[in-house]
Amino acid sequence: MKLTKLATFAVTAVMAASPVLADLVFPALSYRTGPYAANGIPFADGYADYFTLVNERDGGIGGLPAQVLECETGYNTEKGVECYESTKGEGALVYQPLSTGITYQLIPKATADGIPIHSMGYGRTSAANGDVFGNVFNYPANYWNGASIAINHLLEINGGDLSGKSISLVYHNSAYGKEPIRTLEVLSEKHGYDLTLQPVDHPGQEQKSQWLQIRRERPDYVIMWGWGVMNTVAIQEAVNIRFPMENFIGIWWSGSENDVIPAGVGANGYKSLTFHGVGDGYPVYDDIQKYVVDTGKTAGAGDQIGTVIYNRGMYAAMLAVEAVKTAQAIHGVADITPAMMRDGMEALEMSEEKMASLGLPNFGPAFSVSCENHGGPGLGAVAQWDAEAGSWNMISEYGPSDMDVIQALIDDDSAAYAAENNIESQCN
Amino acid sequence: MSANFFYTIEVIANGLMTGVMYSLVALGFVLIFKASGVFNYAQGVMALFAAMTLVGIQSGQVPFAHLINVIFGTHLDKFGWEVPTFIAIILALLVMIGFAFIVERYILKHLVNQDPIILFMATIGLAYFMEGFGDLMWGSEIKKLDVGLPQGGNVWLESATAGWADGFYGFYLDNLDMWATAIAIVLVASLIAFSNYTKTGRALRAVADDNQAALSVGISLRTIWVIVWSLAGFVALVAGIMWGAKSGVQFSLSLIALKALPVLMLGGFTSIPGAIVGGMIIGVGEKLFEFAIGPYIGGATENWFAYVLALLFLVFRPQGLFGEKIIERV
Repeated sequence: MKLTKLATFAVTAVMAASPVLADLVFPALSYRTGPYAANGIPFADGYADYFTLVNERDGGIGGLPAQVLECETGYNTEKGVECYESTKGEGALVYQPLSTGITYQLIPKATADGIPIHSMGYGRTSAANGDVFGNVFNYPANYWNGASIAINHLLEINGGDLSGKSISLVYHNSAYGKEPIRTLEVLSEKHGYDLTLQPVDHPGQEQKSQWLQIRRERPDYVIMWGWGVMNTVAIQEAVNIRFPMENFIGIWWSGSENDVIPAGVGANGYKSLTFHGVGDGYPVYDDIQKYVVDTGKTAGAGDQIGTVIYNRGMYAAMLAVEAVKTAQAIHGVADITPAMMRDGMEALEMSEEKMASLGLPNFGPAFSVSCENHGGPGLGAVAQWDAEAGSWNMISEYGPSDMDVIQALIDDDSAAYAAENNIESQCN
Repeated sequence: MSANFFYTIEVIANGLMTGVMYSLVALGFVLIFKASGVFNYAQGVMALFAAMTLVGIQSGQVPFAHLINVIFGTHLDKFGWEVPTFIAIILALLVMIGFAFIVERYILKHLVNQDPIILFMATIGLAYFMEGFGDLMWGSEIKKLDVGLPQGGNVWLESATAGWADGFYGFYLDNLDMWATAIAIVLVASLIAFSNYTKTGRALRAVADDNQAALSVGISLRTIWVIVWSLAGFVALVAGIMWGAKSGVQFSLSLIALKALPVLMLGGFTSIPGAIVGGMIIGVGEKLFEFAIGPYIGGATENWFAYVLALLFLVFRPQGLFGEKIIERV
């Protein structure tokens, strides 16, 4: 009898835990534990809170509730793949792997399973070529766009001329950190600056050698491609050697509050690239307060709202929701499949009017996706840290990257991938 | 003399100080290994936990606030006061002593006479438990640690030596590293004095030499373990403060243990001076290698070079520079 009761309870529990079939399911490969939890938590919170907002305020997407299936990866690639395998059968519509390593592993798997991946601002850069990577999207910007936007910013503040200038790239000595090197090398040939490379081994707790070298060589600018503790230590070391912070620019993964706050006032003026808005001065935050925070439905402690990484998670969720709406409109059904979701992502158009209507005016660049172009136009902006106010401020509009250079690199890399994997054109 | 000569001196000086920072972590391993033959995998996490506790107390943070808020629907965050640094350090130390009692009571006591590998595995479990427990208690956000130590390049030294050669910008030494060196010297001297000149210290050494013989003359193994783990907790707190001041208090602090391993291999697992000397050799070796050879082979040589250096020493002195030679009679 007891066994029967136990079995009944177990079955009920499993049924309760599984998503209702009609739910729109969005797996979140999050990392709330481990060395990168400080950044993983706000992203996961932002991602989940936006879906909660849509459910509470709008009654779901097209009348169907959205459900976030969170799976803890600890930023570990093996665990990320396990999370994918354990959630893909739950009706997953799109994966946001939130790790370049996990993205690389999931590209062939998700392609075979017909589930789209959105690696927003990370992952395999050449996945922007939709003709090769039919199931992978990395709009609105990728690493190579980031490298070019940084150089464009430097061009702008140097009157369009970087010849004779020296730039040092301090980068995480991993596949992620090496992503911008080729782009920066090609751009150095075009613009005439000297590029020196400063690799930093994982995790980046000790960077004395690199910063002593920077102190000796005195580059005009330092660009950083870091993550986690590497960012914090690099910014602190730059403060220690009194490197001018306004000449120090990080990629968007090196530009959160977590990276600058430990360095105190010394970090004032540090710059970071971004492809979305900063702060909580957008109307959508009033709705999040009303429908998510005040109702006690926040995914986390509710203390990350408006931080850079929270905003990024929320932006990723917003783009997913808009892609679902697009897919529903294309196929005329609310209960879409992953294949329909892919169609929705490929036909996504984010106009300024649409963002304003969502309570996010000018939050991100206006862009559209196409079969050939899964990466968007590669627009990005620069934000600067105000240590006294404890906030990031946008100091530029969303500007273009050098697509003449980047598109050629994307075409080369994706063509090599297509040849290796016998992939035929996806767009013809 | 050329600027390159002075820069080489600068690299050596910075390497020595970085090595002392490594030694601070290695010391905790040595203390526990010396007394109990246990390689404490949790030493890095102890440094993290100690630093988190210090910042938490200092800033008046409510422990387990997130958990309490979730269960009771409250909105706790801070008590509303700030604790002076010195008192916060004392309180954090008391927490680490309490932690030592708990480790002895709930882990070590039950593993007496077990193989060292069992104890090692227990410390792995302890490390994972503490990682999660620390996050639950103090939250996982990155915290700024400020105990009043000056940080940044020493301006006086820099300006006094600038211009000694063409293209030489003056010696760069980080104030925090200099403080860390001074603190490490005091710490090591205190530990050696404690070990040699106090009754408890002698008991500790007796247990390290032969715990069965020590037991037979009335030394309490359990008390010694509590003392040793408390000392290791104290050393972890010092290491946590120094490293936490550089990078903020965050999970990655626990990974500094990786930098201590080559130091231990080189200096020996049982020697306090060995930890310091080993740290300095590793620090200088890796920095000089990166300075002289790194640019020709792509850089980022420090992590692996430290291990290569330690392995080279192991070939000639398997017990490390200062370690005790283990002779097993058959």
